[in-house]
Amino acid sequence: MLSYIIRRLLLMVVTLFGVSIAIFLLLRIVPGNIADILFDSAGLIDPAEKKKIVADLGLDLPLPMQYAQWIGGLLRGDLGFSYVSEKPVIDEILPRIPITARLAGFAMLFSITMGVPLGVISAVRQNSGTDYGLRILSLSGLSLPSFWLGLLILMAFVHYSGTIPIYDRNASGWNWWMLQLIPAAAVGFRSAALIMRLTRSSMLEVLRQDYVRTARSKGLSDGAVTYDHALRNAVLPVITVIGVEAAFLMGGLIVTETVFNIPGVARFLVEAIRWRDYPMVQNLVMFIAFVVVTVNLLVDLAYMLVDPRIRYGS
Amino acid sequence: MAPVLEVSNLSTVFHTRRGLVRAVQNVSFSVNAGETLAIVGESGCGKTITALSLLRLIPMPPGEIVSGSVKVDGTDLLKLSDAEMRRARGKQIAMIFQEPMTALNPLLTIGRQIAEMVTLHDGLGRKAARDRAVEMLNHVKIPEPERRAREYPHQMSGGMRQRAMIAMALACKPKVLVADEPTTALDVTIQAQILDLIGDLRREFGTAVVLITHDLGVVAETANRVVVMYAGRKVEEAPVGEVFANPKHPYMTGLMSSIPRVASARGLTGVDATARLTEIPGIVPPLINLPPGCAFSPRCTRSEAQCTTTLPELELKAPDHLAACWRA
Repeated sequence: MLSYIIRRLLLMVVTLFGVSIAIFLLLRIVPGNIADILFDSAGLIDPAEKKKIVADLGLDLPLPMQYAQWIGGLLRGDLGFSYVSEKPVIDEILPRIPITARLAGFAMLFSITMGVPLGVISAVRQNSGTDYGLRILSLSGLSLPSFWLGLLILMAFVHYSGTIPIYDRNASGWNWWMLQLIPAAAVGFRSAALIMRLTRSSMLEVLRQDYVRTARSKGLSDGAVTYDHALRNAVLPVITVIGVEAAFLMGGLIVTETVFNIPGVARFLVEAIRWRDYPMVQNLVMFIAFVVVTVNLLVDLAYMLVDPRIRYGS
Repeated sequence: MAPVLEVSNLSTVFHTRRGLVRAVQNVSFSVNAGETLAIVGESGCGKTITALSLLRLIPMPPGEIVSGSVKVDGTDLLKLSDAEMRRARGKQIAMIFQEPMTALNPLLTIGRQIAEMVTLHDGLGRKAARDRAVEMLNHVKIPEPERRAREYPHQMSGGMRQRAMIAMALACKPKVLVADEPTTALDVTIQAQILDLIGDLRREFGTAVVLITHDLGVVAETANRVVVMYAGRKVEEAPVGEVFANPKHPYMTGLMSSIPRVASARGLTGVDATARLTEIPGIVPPLINLPPGCAFSPRCTRSEAQCTTTLPELELKAPDHLAACWRA
């Protein structure tokens, strides 16, 4: 068990190393750096000044050297300075992380608390009106991009209350919850739909198993059979998908933070990419990769808790 | 002695897209306390559907029990409400299944799966139910029952799981135990142990056992009475010795000549043990749109014109020996 976790942690380091190379190279492959952008769009014209900026930021160094500088700093806990704001990257990222983390957390919570029970209902009442309704709902969830859904929600707000829910860091009570939950629902709708479909098909499969019939033959109520015996088995593949969805969530967060004007890291990342703010992008991507890898490790460990047949290690 | 289980005119159908499947038609039998009734027949002859119908475990829809009664100590299970039926399952009538590998929930400990049932029917507390589970595991001769109760099904062998299954089925001391091919999936050596165990517990608790099987060896060793089913109908019924000594229905004769070992081992005279093994040509007909007449007639070596046109009724062909055949 312990040796398994240690092995997984070592594997995580390898994965993160791969991610660091990938994001570093990708950023260099994308045409233009911050100096080019400043000169093209911000109207600077003096070539000497451009040269000085490039030299100051170390952009003229060979790539392995630039990489070594970045990773060296990262390992020492020094994330460098933002090219744009010229503030320490850590000071820029840190206050924004809780905002995005909360949104992602609520989105995940929304997708699980909606997806699993509705999937179970859909399976238990297979081919009923309820089932068809829920299947249409989940299909629409999978087909609606989250930015479009976000816009629809905003339009509905304007239509019915005449206002738009604007992010307000001092909001409290009801307003605070609305500002958290509405964007979270917009982000999580897709995952909820996916989890619902998966739970449904997984439940249908499990409900046909012999041990479910055994449970019935013991005289257990439908509820005990469904939730105690069937759902416990059906939820295994759902846990896997929750891990995968954690990574997909990022894409939804970027657009949703933009649509709802939420000052989180996701939108900030896009902004940083636009400015070729290398330290910002690289470190943010590393952070996101770290979260995704960790979530997947936790998912695998959760698997072990639910299914006694799975024992990792020697 | 009044029989504990009395099944009369049980008919179960399945509504399918291709038509009505008459899986069980007018089947009647009864079992006394402490006795074993074997229901034999090939795959697809309606044995398992009969067993599931007794506990009302037929998936409905598409299945439907259209007529008959299943009386346990005089109470007709088919007339009970769903809630009453749930209370009867496990307490009045319990079932063990063919596949011990898949019939137990892989995510729950054996102890919990037994205790759950005891809690439900006998209202025992957590601790008492747990103790009963261990006691039952001990009863079915599982070594180290304390430890085994904490284990999961995948940690046990097939025979061990079937023992656990039996422990579970008998935990609430049901009056009737339905065993659907309980030994088919097991090694031959384990088969005998499991059958002995069921026999011992039957005598000890006075349980009436309905044993579903296609294995005539098992029948000869364990049953008191035998019901032979073909294409959803009962075609023969008699005490076990009588059936083997004096089979009436050509189907039963055919079954026995496909397994000559049984007769020779018991010194019975139904077939010649030295004869070449014979098979019954053909397969059980699909149960949709059965032709008029005897369903076995297309495969029967003794069939005549009458067999293909008119259904033979069950008649007494000898004392306490029913068969449905024009030629018997």
